[in-house]
Amino acid sequence: MVIKTENLNFYFGNQPVIKSLALQVPEGSIFGFLGPNGAGKTTTIKLLLNLLKLQEGSISIFGRELLGNRLEILRQIGSLIEQPAIYTHLTGRENLINRARLLEVPVNRADDMLKLVGLNDAGLKKAGNYSLGMKQRLGIGLALLANPKLLILDEPTNGLDPNGIIEVRELLIKLAKEEGKTVFVSSHMLAEVERMATHVGIINGGELVFQGSIQDLESISQPMVQVETDNTADAANYLKRNGYEIGHVTHSFITLPFTSKDDTATINAALHNNGHRVYSIGKVQKDLEQLFLNITQKSST
Amino acid sequence: MKGFLLSLQSEFYKSRKTLGFWGAILLPTLIMFSMSVGFYFNAHKLVNHTPEMLWGQFAGIPLAIMGSLLLPMYIIFVAYSVNVIEHKSDTWKTLFTLPIPKWSIYTAKYLFAVILILITLTLFFVLTIAFGTLLGNIQPKLKFGGFHIETHLFQVYAKLFFASQGIIALQFLMSLLWKDFLKPMGIGFVGTIAGVILTGPARWEYAYLFPYAQPLLSVMGVGNKKIRPTETPVFFTNEVLISMAIAVVIFITGYFILQRRSIK
Repeated sequence: MVIKTENLNFYFGNQPVIKSLALQVPEGSIFGFLGPNGAGKTTTIKLLLNLLKLQEGSISIFGRELLGNRLEILRQIGSLIEQPAIYTHLTGRENLINRARLLEVPVNRADDMLKLVGLNDAGLKKAGNYSLGMKQRLGIGLALLANPKLLILDEPTNGLDPNGIIEVRELLIKLAKEEGKTVFVSSHMLAEVERMATHVGIINGGELVFQGSIQDLESISQPMVQVETDNTADAANYLKRNGYEIGHVTHSFITLPFTSKDDTATINAALHNNGHRVYSIGKVQKDLEQLFLNITQKSST
Repeated sequence: MKGFLLSLQSEFYKSRKTLGFWGAILLPTLIMFSMSVGFYFNAHKLVNHTPEMLWGQFAGIPLAIMGSLLLPMYIIFVAYSVNVIEHKSDTWKTLFTLPIPKWSIYTAKYLFAVILILITLTLFFVLTIAFGTLLGNIQPKLKFGGFHIETHLFQVYAKLFFASQGIIALQFLMSLLWKDFLKPMGIGFVGTIAGVILTGPARWEYAYLFPYAQPLLSVMGVGNKKIRPTETPVFFTNEVLISMAIAVVIFITGYFILQRRSIK
């Protein structure tokens, strides 16, 4: 395990923010650390980087205790925490050069990083004038500068446009697959994590409610078919009579478990042939809220 | 040690485009230049001054301004400017995730603030000599040539530098801990005014214990006696020793606070 925490607890005053957290991040994985805003993701990351003082429990990274081996461990970690920390009065390139010198990395790595994160043309522009997306890219470039074995990224796709999100996702997948890096990436978007992670940890209210491989998650986070019809109650009854399991019925939509593309086509044809007007039909992912519901239901049964 | 040197180099790199850094050069240059212009155009009033009186006046005015108000205010500004770089960019968290010991980062930042004050005071000393000599050459009515102030003046400025250490340490710690400029600025400003009152009108005999009074005391003494840059000062006076002791204590305390503090 690259990251392993045991019985990690953290309090802000008397309020527990992290409760008995036991993370296990395997080497070479892209570990999606998923949770809604305020769940404790950033606090966990700050504990992993020793920015917050350890109160209870233990953290080991690369098989060594964080306390007592702080500098050796940090030497192999690249991180991006919350919004990127960038000197706004310096250019993007100067930000990279400053960090390169501090990390004793050849200064020409700065140009490589600008190229890698697509900021080649903006390298000489003041970082204060960058858009949020550009700052985020520069932050990722800074994290990658020393070619670390472990990348800890807190919501790295925040503020990026759809193209930027795809680029970052592909970059992280490439780093893990081709260079064997371990990537620990937090997000509040399930779909985003599902697209790139090999392993997932879900945190809610400071507690780790799920941890496992992406396949384990898929078995819980079953996709659904959402049907928009003129009369959802009648259509739901009709489908139920025909042996379909109905998830959820609202005024405009019926939601039922997705099984296959063919099955979706069959549902569509059946509704149509029975005189129901189908305005739209398609596969949808569960949102985080529903996923939590499933996980808690599952653990209580 | 390597981490410390890398951090110090980084402080120069980060600051070289900020007013905090350029202020160290511009402040003495502008003051000494305007002083020289004033002396040049008022040369006729100063023709009867002996070389010693002339140097005393030329070097004494900036020293009096610096000691009483300008130096404490400039220290407040410098101490804040080296820390605000990190506050403004929210970069404390990145600094402390670098594989560099915390003491290196802290000491390098502190020393950088001290170096900026040292540059300012050194430039005041150098420019006083340079502009005085230049004035003596281009305006021969001013008899700057007949006296050598260098050794005395160097010691006066060195004393002023050591007497400033207490304020530097206090202001640095406040600026490190507080993101809000108003707190260190407000406390520093009130402290500076109190320092002037304690040494001047109040003539408090223990004013040397008060950091904001120490620079002024170091150049003027209690009761704002006439400043004498043409005389070699008694170097290790109470205010200098207390100022340095305060600096050592606050510097060490600051490190322990930082060590125990979580970075939010």
